[in-house]
Amino acid sequence: MHLEYTVIEGDFVNAGSASSSIKKTLKQLNVNPSIVKRVVVALYEAEVNAIAHAYGGVVTADIDAGKILVRVIDKGPGIPDIDWAMQEGNSTASPEVRNMGFGAGMGLPNIKKNVDRLNVQSTVGVGTTVEMEVNLS
Amino acid sequence: MSFFHALQINENVCEGCSHCMRVCPTEAIRVRDGKAHINEDRCIDCGNCFIACPHKAVFVKQDDFEEIFKYACRVALVPAVFLGQFKDEISVSRIYSILNEIGFQHVIETEITVPIYTEAKNRLEREGNTKPLISSYCPAIVRLIQVKFPGLVDNIMPVKAPLDITAMYIRRKLVKDGWPEDQIGVFYVTPCAAKIAAVKSPVGEEKSSVDGVINMDSLYNRVYKKIKEQGHDYKEVKLPIAQLTSDSILNSLTNGERRLSVSEHSLSIDGMDNVIEFLEKVENDEIEDVDFLELRACDQSCPGGILTYNNRFLTCERMFNRARYVAGKERRGELTRADEVEDERAYLLDNVAVGPVEARSISLDPDISKALEKMNKIKELERQLPQIDCGICGAPSCDALAEDIVCRGCKLSDCIFIQRNMEAHKTQKVEESLKTMENIWGYEKIENFVKNK
Repeated sequence: MHLEYTVIEGDFVNAGSASSSIKKTLKQLNVNPSIVKRVVVALYEAEVNAIAHAYGGVVTADIDAGKILVRVIDKGPGIPDIDWAMQEGNSTASPEVRNMGFGAGMGLPNIKKNVDRLNVQSTVGVGTTVEMEVNLS
Repeated sequence: MSFFHALQINENVCEGCSHCMRVCPTEAIRVRDGKAHINEDRCIDCGNCFIACPHKAVFVKQDDFEEIFKYACRVALVPAVFLGQFKDEISVSRIYSILNEIGFQHVIETEITVPIYTEAKNRLEREGNTKPLISSYCPAIVRLIQVKFPGLVDNIMPVKAPLDITAMYIRRKLVKDGWPEDQIGVFYVTPCAAKIAAVKSPVGEEKSSVDGVINMDSLYNRVYKKIKEQGHDYKEVKLPIAQLTSDSILNSLTNGERRLSVSEHSLSIDGMDNVIEFLEKVENDEIEDVDFLELRACDQSCPGGILTYNNRFLTCERMFNRARYVAGKERRGELTRADEVEDERAYLLDNVAVGPVEARSISLDPDISKALEKMNKIKELERQLPQIDCGICGAPSCDALAEDIVCRGCKLSDCIFIQRNMEAHKTQKVEESLKTMENIWGYEKIENFVKNK
């Protein structure tokens, strides 16, 4: 099964709509609630990242009996140093954003904690694709 | 697995008008053969259908009142909301006296053990392992979470509701007084259907300490009839009245638990739609920093229960006044504490725990491959349906019909729009179309409709 959603830059109001819809689907498929939760947490985080840091993009989900593969594909600006971004506490957020309680540098590390496979591809000036896979059983 | 449900449809009265179907939060209702049918796996006994029904076809199954006389020692377990049904000039002692006349030797208010419940709850809040901790107080909410939010069942605090703690307390007390266990009958006077389901098929417990349930509206009728019959000429039998604290009186109202919460961040939410809206966010992990959630299915909590007689806002006002009066006594040190309950504090606290709440998942198929196959078909059908959720097919939404086509043998031509198209394109005859509608709305309705034209 293939599902697709659009993510719009700066649209925090609608953050979570893709994860909400995917959650509903997984529940109907009788996926264990703790696995559903991991997918939702990881995807919500990735969705917020794309809204906050990128110029929007798309979320796709492919579900088969064994796993769910979610891709968040944004249109840039891209991450110059992925290894650096993967470390807890590293953040490019401005002091203002941090004062609001965001930008703690936990985004990618938190995604990694919740998924079985994570692959981040990024080209500066082109965009980032966050690919995450979670086993469903 | 089957679940006891207190809400039932009286098919003799049901007109199949589908009002109930449209308000059910778990999409448990369908109209077939001109009657509403409740899917027992999905029903959470919230009572939305009962409120919506214009024909009073939805009813709440209760135990026969005469059941109480099977027991030698009969206890009426009454929530504070029951006393809130009566006007101020009818005294508590008079209501107790009438309850005694109609058969109960003992009357005890459900909220007498609220201090025990609150302590057990606050302990869990302090331990703080689960966030947010969700109150187990409202049984419709517990069932809602089981059916619709299976990922949150572990957030429900594993503590008995005050009604069960009080039933346990009074049972123990009467056994100590010398009554044989099997001669004690504890009857709970319920303001709602969900509490009946909670007593008949408890969650996280083998068996409830309550022996039977009496609907609040029917008991109100019995008591009020006595009041009218007696007029001003009556004698009261003085039963012991245990004094509730002001906190205990307010417990069943919205904010009743939250105001005693020891957490930094706690919310109280009443009304089914409000609760669902919030739980969606909790399940998505969008809510941070909320420690405790008091959730109640009914507007204004228990005073809004479907089996209450008095207007819920007036009931709240009366209960507030009672609490204010008691609070005054508390300040002046005049309140006689419920020492007998305090004596049992340790025992009760040791026995307030219940087992884990299990999810009651409503998935398409236990086998994920098959579920996926069905889901693909459903998504395909959803694209063909008009998506205006008119309900004429007898299902609450186009998506529900799509699911019914794949899982429950409905047809695409059950959709009135598709039917018209099929007629126009000569792929279906008018007679076939009428037959389909008859299957949904029943012979009589179609017949009357055609005749009246």
